[in-house]
Amino acid sequence: MALNANEPKGNLDEKWTKYRSTMNLVAPNNKRRIEVIVVGTGLAGAAAAATLAELGYKVKCFTFHDSPRRAHSIAAQGGINAAKNYQNDGDSVYRLFYDTIKGGDYRSRESNVHRLAEVSRNIIDQAVAQGVPFAREYGGLLANRSFGGVQVSRTFYARGQTGQQLLLGAYQSLSRQISLGNVEMFNRHEMLDLVKIDGKARGIIARNLLTGKLERFGAHSVVLASGGYGNVFYLSTNAMGSNVTAAWRAVKRGAYMANPCYTQIHPTCIPVSGEYQSKLTLMSESLRNDGRVWVPKMKEDVMAIREGKKTGNDIPEGDRDYYLERRYPAFGNLVPRDVASRAAKIACDEGHGVNKTGLAVFLDFSSAIIRYGTSAAHSQNIHNPSAAKIKELGTEVIAAKYGNLFEMYEKITGENPYILPMKIYPAVHYTMGGLWVDYNLETNVPGLFAAGEANFSDHGANRLGASALMQGLADGYFVLPYTIGQFLSNEIRTPKISTDAPEFAEAEKNTKDKLEKILSIKGNHTVESFHRRLGKIMWEYCGMSRNAEGLKKARQMVRDLRAEFWSDVFVPGTAEEFNPELEKAGRVADFLEMGETMILDALDRNESCGGHFREEYKSPEGEAKRNDEDYAYVSAWEWDDTEPILHKEELKFENVELKTRSYK
Amino acid sequence: MKLTLKVWRQNGANEPGRFETHQVEADEHMSFLEMMDVLNEGLLAEKKTPIAFEHDCREGICGSCNMVINGRPHGPNSGTTTCQLHMRYFKDGETITIEPWRAKSFPIIKDLVVDRTSFDRIIQAGGYISVNTGQAQDGNSIAIEKDLAGQAFDAATCIGCGACVAACPNGSAMLFTAAKIAHLGLLPQGEVEHKTRVQSMVNQMDEEGFGACSNTAACEADCPKEISITNIAMMNRAYMGSVLGSQK
Repeated sequence: MALNANEPKGNLDEKWTKYRSTMNLVAPNNKRRIEVIVVGTGLAGAAAAATLAELGYKVKCFTFHDSPRRAHSIAAQGGINAAKNYQNDGDSVYRLFYDTIKGGDYRSRESNVHRLAEVSRNIIDQAVAQGVPFAREYGGLLANRSFGGVQVSRTFYARGQTGQQLLLGAYQSLSRQISLGNVEMFNRHEMLDLVKIDGKARGIIARNLLTGKLERFGAHSVVLASGGYGNVFYLSTNAMGSNVTAAWRAVKRGAYMANPCYTQIHPTCIPVSGEYQSKLTLMSESLRNDGRVWVPKMKEDVMAIREGKKTGNDIPEGDRDYYLERRYPAFGNLVPRDVASRAAKIACDEGHGVNKTGLAVFLDFSSAIIRYGTSAAHSQNIHNPSAAKIKELGTEVIAAKYGNLFEMYEKITGENPYILPMKIYPAVHYTMGGLWVDYNLETNVPGLFAAGEANFSDHGANRLGASALMQGLADGYFVLPYTIGQFLSNEIRTPKISTDAPEFAEAEKNTKDKLEKILSIKGNHTVESFHRRLGKIMWEYCGMSRNAEGLKKARQMVRDLRAEFWSDVFVPGTAEEFNPELEKAGRVADFLEMGETMILDALDRNESCGGHFREEYKSPEGEAKRNDEDYAYVSAWEWDDTEPILHKEELKFENVELKTRSYK
Repeated sequence: MKLTLKVWRQNGANEPGRFETHQVEADEHMSFLEMMDVLNEGLLAEKKTPIAFEHDCREGICGSCNMVINGRPHGPNSGTTTCQLHMRYFKDGETITIEPWRAKSFPIIKDLVVDRTSFDRIIQAGGYISVNTGQAQDGNSIAIEKDLAGQAFDAATCIGCGACVAACPNGSAMLFTAAKIAHLGLLPQGEVEHKTRVQSMVNQMDEEGFGACSNTAACEADCPKEISITNIAMMNRAYMGSVLGSQK
């Protein structure tokens, strides 16, 4: 099937405003009887559910958590971008659009990204009105900071808890609509199937996680805002419960999964400390403003550090390899996430990793402490300060900037990063791929929409820092509530969707059979053990760098693992009770299929771009090499158990010139 | 390190509960929840039902995890959620008691999992600013004093975990409710609805069966986000004011 993105005609900067003013509307009297299901209550889901309800639609909203406030958007630290140009530093909608297209390595759709940049401004206004306590200057106006390589200051933030504050804003708006009776909220309900009637999405089957009961819910349209699939890798910065199940079950009903090979590996995370570990913790990207990344040059030093005989402080300056500064003199420690991550992997692969597992590099603040300390001594009129005094003053400056992050690091590792250099390693953080959607955020299944990280739409092959919050809220508050009208305006004559339809019965039976199948296996291995093994395969062969040979091998390994799962998994209890192991089993079953799709996509894309690095396609200096001639397309996979089918959406670049990213 | 765990097991709100004793081999670098994972993997290997506990982000922000460890919500360290507590703070050979939040308004679902939807209903009663999407003026049209924004932020960092209720001898939700009232009431955007918000949220809190405040300050001591009880004073003042008809 040829994929049509349904982009409006006209100049880039007026597409959205014109389209919004000419879209079909649904009259208030009809909205009252039109029902919409929203799955997920993160930034995109909560914002969409609240806004749709404010517009007058009848909304049913679902989360597998005990409360809508727990969605993993809550953990975002750094900030949210918006083209406000409050700093008068030359920012504009076009500049944010351009930075996002370039940062995404020219693999995203121009019209979507421009719209994102346009509505970014409204998001800040909306959040302020909701009472989000953004950081402010002494004059009382909103503060900004710089982020991830861009040259303007456009990131709004609420200390290191921007995601939490924005999510609570959306949660509060959602709570207001719940209290008004416009949203019916279903906590602890997990979507396990999509129901299609005459080809259109008309409802879902959800499992009440407290009772185990399968329940049918009908609606005129279904919105999935269920997040990304980073937990395919087992170890990631995602929450333990983050999963691909809602999106994947939609794929099993015909929706296409787009660009699944694009995953973002964040360079600064706390390294894995042992086999028991199930979750990784991010340290904000902002640390690279003052931290210098290095490994020891000599293997003897490496071994001494691993054995605990030496620390980073014992290695003299001349024996350190500040490899980012060496390889990328222009950007140094501030190269984009994908570049920094790969460089760390190379250093460790060559045997320079600085912890027991050999998978860690130093992030060292001692130079910054001396620099800030000297400057502070100067400004305090302290002449000939001692080294200890400089250190003391410099530590104070660093504490004021990054205190909460340093505290968190110490809590987890037990090491004091003011004294010893931090140890960091890249970890899976975000997935750019997701359900294929057109300009309306509608998937190829009519009436099924996807928002936030669950769709693929705006970040191309690599997401810039502070853009995930922007996209989730743009979709939820300002895009989807309008564009869904294009579909719903044709549904005003459709009566209430009856859950007695045979399609509901079939979907419920399909779900029930699957749960019973899992429980009936009574094998010898835990769900967790399969998940861990899947993660290892994915990380090894489809992680920071990939090659055709490894990917082919990995595909077979994942298929074998899936077969083993379905014959040897052990899940205790029954389906008719609160059973967290059963929930986890269903999610891991989906990860096993999603993982294979990611591998296939990585294998198809014979180029390196953004988060997708194929070892065969690199420049003589080892940098990523894109192939715009053959691969400037969005891949969209139709699931088929033997051979998934690839559909393509060609990307047209009419407003930006395709260039090679260089940070040398 | 070898540990003895006395863990609370209970099948539902109306079932009797009991302590179950387990031995577990832990590493000092493990987080408390990773230690629980190890225990559960062991139970599963013996085809037993694992201990149900709530957890998600494991970075101290989602508010899911909730264990009373040796009698204290979230364990011995201040300003730390259960998921951020690490085993290096325990001694080899130690016996650790693990219980769920215990409060009338948080009925037990299973083992260490409790029902905290009463918190959602308190927010639904008025813990918001009534603004629809699209109605907002420019973000910089209201200047807000930096310190005031900071105070609002401090109150807004509540993660809704319920440790305050679990710590309180009266099972009171005053700190949770007051934190939201302070966050919104301190800001000019939220001031318009302040009086009605205070009344409806306090009424809902009472309706949910949470207890009264008797100034023990146990909530503040065990709050993983170290939210101050001065917020409760502010709420009480505002409540009295709204009932007696004066301003704030």
